[in-house]
Amino acid sequence: MNWDYLLSLFMGGLTRGSIYALIALGYTMVYGIITLINFAHGEIYMIGAFTALIAIGVLTLAGWNGTAILLIAAVAAVVYAAAYGWTLERIAYRPLRHAPRLSALISAIGMSLFLQNYVRMAQTANFLPFPNLIPEFAFLKPVAHIVRSSELVIYAVTALVMLLLTLLVRFTRMGKAMRATAQDRDMAMLSGVDVDRVISLTFVIGSAIAATGGVLIASHIGQINFYIGFLAGIKAFVAAVLGGIGSLPGAVLGGLVLGWTESFFTGYVSSDYEDVFAFLFLVGILIFRPSGLLGRKQMEKV
Amino acid sequence: MKAEFKKSLLAALWFMFLTFPITVVRVNTIERTVAWRWERLIWIGAATFILSFIWRRLLHRKQTGRREVSAGEVRPPSRWKQMAADPRLKGLALSAAALCFLVIPLLFSWNKTILVTNALIYVVIALGLNIVVGLAGQLVLGYVAFFAVGAYSYALLNYHFAVGFWAALPMGAALAAAFGLLLGFPVLRLRGDYLAIVTLGFGEIIRIVLENWNALSFGPSGIDNIPPPGFFGLALTLRQTHIAIYYLMVALTLLTILVVHRLQHSRIGRSWEALREDETAAQAMGIDTTGAKLSAFALGACWAGMAGVVFAAKQKFINPGNFTIWESILVLCIVVLGGMGSIAGVVLAALVLVILPEALRVFADYRWLLFGALLVLMMVFRPGGLVNARRRAYAFEPSAPEKSERP
Repeated sequence: MNWDYLLSLFMGGLTRGSIYALIALGYTMVYGIITLINFAHGEIYMIGAFTALIAIGVLTLAGWNGTAILLIAAVAAVVYAAAYGWTLERIAYRPLRHAPRLSALISAIGMSLFLQNYVRMAQTANFLPFPNLIPEFAFLKPVAHIVRSSELVIYAVTALVMLLLTLLVRFTRMGKAMRATAQDRDMAMLSGVDVDRVISLTFVIGSAIAATGGVLIASHIGQINFYIGFLAGIKAFVAAVLGGIGSLPGAVLGGLVLGWTESFFTGYVSSDYEDVFAFLFLVGILIFRPSGLLGRKQMEKV
Repeated sequence: MKAEFKKSLLAALWFMFLTFPITVVRVNTIERTVAWRWERLIWIGAATFILSFIWRRLLHRKQTGRREVSAGEVRPPSRWKQMAADPRLKGLALSAAALCFLVIPLLFSWNKTILVTNALIYVVIALGLNIVVGLAGQLVLGYVAFFAVGAYSYALLNYHFAVGFWAALPMGAALAAAFGLLLGFPVLRLRGDYLAIVTLGFGEIIRIVLENWNALSFGPSGIDNIPPPGFFGLALTLRQTHIAIYYLMVALTLLTILVVHRLQHSRIGRSWEALREDETAAQAMGIDTTGAKLSAFALGACWAGMAGVVFAAKQKFINPGNFTIWESILVLCIVVLGGMGSIAGVVLAALVLVILPEALRVFADYRWLLFGALLVLMMVFRPGGLVNARRRAYAFEPSAPEKSERP
């Protein structure tokens, strides 16, 4: 048994899983509040990564260097992704708040298609190299074949985001309003919660988190193109369902479990069928445990 | 007016901010240059300014329009609707359309005929998806998988067992229907969003398997030399074969329209529509929702399978690249644009969406961008599609009061 290999698969799975978790948080928050799968969420993640890449490019050519660039690029990515998320909700979902579910879903698919092709036409269809701006930590030298410093940053950021989000939802007024809206939108409205604002804010937060994930993974993998959001979005959705859609800890747990199983599957079984595996996993969960690992069983309301 | 102006100005500024990095800045990391394309920003600002006026106008009209209806006002049917209701005019229009399709190969060049054949293939697929999405209300995103099943079943059956086209046509349909059932069973309990993602996954699974399972499908290199259909043993040239396939497609389209029309107004069609409107209510009314769903999957898939067989015979070469998620989305666009459940709408939309990008190359570049916008706009402003599906209605005419024979 090759322990180093096993350990590197474990760490790789943790990296993947963290990114899935960051994207899945956005899915699960939006689903919790308006019971809609925001199909365009993966695209927001991609737009975040592109914005960061553009910012890095401009700043590098202007003569900046080092960690400052990374921070500015990350802030730009988060701000723009949040802005896109907000606009997306205003255009594609708000007018459909009282429409049948099918309409909102088709509108979401349309938005995803639109954003992908918007980036493709405005930028390029090719893969672009994404510089790795996270410095190699000296203390990681001996284990460099198992875990890289960029991965360490991914773990740390995921943990931090999860912590902040939990604090926000648990202890702030806004968090209370969000929980109330998720439980019963009409009742929340009657109690004086500005539901439209809560929904907008949910999109903003979810998008910002997705963009964080986008920048981190782009800098770890080293290249991006307009299509990265599609598969990542679907995988993250699988993670959200696995954890129990609507549950924040569930999204993180689901992301990690999916990341690990995928990593071990590709490492020991087959890398050709990696994506097939994720989809079969989804079908399996939906059949045997539709409420996910941490989700509550939902009654069908009439 | 001033407030409207201000709103549009704000929208324009917001969109200029939003699109700034991605549309304006283009970094070339190899030559180490940055291209600033400021002129695009002006275009976007101007376009948003105008579009936001139109957007608010339409949204306003939609909301007030809804209020009118809810107030119980009955608007007299417009002239178009009156004309559409006239059976004589309808028959005339249909026969004119049929005649148009019959003479296309005589009037237009060979290439254009092939293009129309392509469009007709999409008409058949879209009518199949229309059963699943438009009538039964089950959003299936991986529909292209059934198309792939049809195409590959002809190609492989022919390669291994020398099965002819005419035998493969029903076999392809049956295999696709079987795959429809195969997909249908596990997803029976799923609704809306989950169903969309799982079926999308199903489509991708089929494509990935076709790409990687070399022993079965010859992998990404695909299958070559698929024979065209034989027509009564005639020796046809390549050109004549294509024209024959065109007429075959016209016949298949007519058959599809006929069958789907009859299905729509049958008992099972009504149960599909009930399922679409409200699954719980349908179940409460005693409709076998399991049967309705499975039959929608199977009957929807079989048309895609048949279209796939014709596609393989027409192309002579297929590979997994023909069956990507984009094809599924194009077909979904067709169904949505045409109006879910409306046969005439779907036929028109398929012709427009397939032929237009080929006819206008400028449009082709922007096609996916426009399709995306189209899906959103259609859902926001005209969820019923361009041609609203009219349901068969029975008018209730109150008898005149003086004739009432109530004691």
